[in-house]
Amino acid sequence: MKAAVVVFPGSNCDRDLAVAFRQAGFDVSMVWHKDADLPAGVDIVGVPGGFSYGDYLRCGAIAAQSTICGAIKAHAERGGYILGVCNGFQVLTETKLLPGALLRNAGLKYICKTVGLRVETSNSVFTEGYNAGDVISIPIAHHDGNYFADDETLARLAGEDRVAFRYTENPNGSRDDIAGILSENRRVLGMMPHPERAADPGHGGTDGAAMFRAMAGALTEA
Amino acid sequence: MKARVHVMLKAGVLDPQGEVVRHALGAMGFDGVEGVRQGKVIDLELADGTTEDQVREMCEKLLANTVIESYSIEMG
Repeated sequence: MKAAVVVFPGSNCDRDLAVAFRQAGFDVSMVWHKDADLPAGVDIVGVPGGFSYGDYLRCGAIAAQSTICGAIKAHAERGGYILGVCNGFQVLTETKLLPGALLRNAGLKYICKTVGLRVETSNSVFTEGYNAGDVISIPIAHHDGNYFADDETLARLAGEDRVAFRYTENPNGSRDDIAGILSENRRVLGMMPHPERAADPGHGGTDGAAMFRAMAGALTEA
Repeated sequence: MKARVHVMLKAGVLDPQGEVVRHALGAMGFDGVEGVRQGKVIDLELADGTTEDQVREMCEKLLANTVIESYSIEMG
């Protein structure tokens, strides 16, 4: 099983994400934002955290127009898997692969700390290693993580069981305490918290490792 | 030719930065500031003949995120 991790100018969690995929058994390649294609046979694309293009205009807005994002959209249309973390989540909303947008944190401060997340669904390759209702500890590190979507979209996300994670204590003003959401086909996950930063005992917590193990397990069977 | 694009958060979308500015103005003694909304102004220098429709397409595709933002265009 193959993972590709995208590198934009300003990405800074790309190597962490690659390590987490590799530890779970993935063959990982890094792809540059100017690449027109993903490597052949890629099962899952990781869109990492960081400050792509300096967060100019809006977080993720310029990255969403990059050459590689064309290939990522095509991968999604083929039913491929995508994990977007932090800035990667912002990129996925800007590309419209996921609904909503990420606004400036309600308290205006950049927040870097470990938070509690409630797993809301185990029905995805990303979350099937947990039970719905589990509370896990995962770090956040963002200035613009305040999830916004209109009432209709929030109702649809809840009704279709597409909220993957909610904060147990809302740190940033996100509507409906949303920390991560799934696409309609449940194969694209965007989340502000960083599971790759809680994937090794050296990180001080390993609650995120189950996500990478679950993805590896599901994609091996496929 | 030039165009000026104003991008604002939509009504109903909380603007935390505007709220902080409002509080700061109150703390400075400017009474009666009941609301502050902060936005962006983007000035475009354009080849002659560029149409407002083309600028609108730029807004829809890049300059504004219409999930959270509204925009207006001044040509001239």
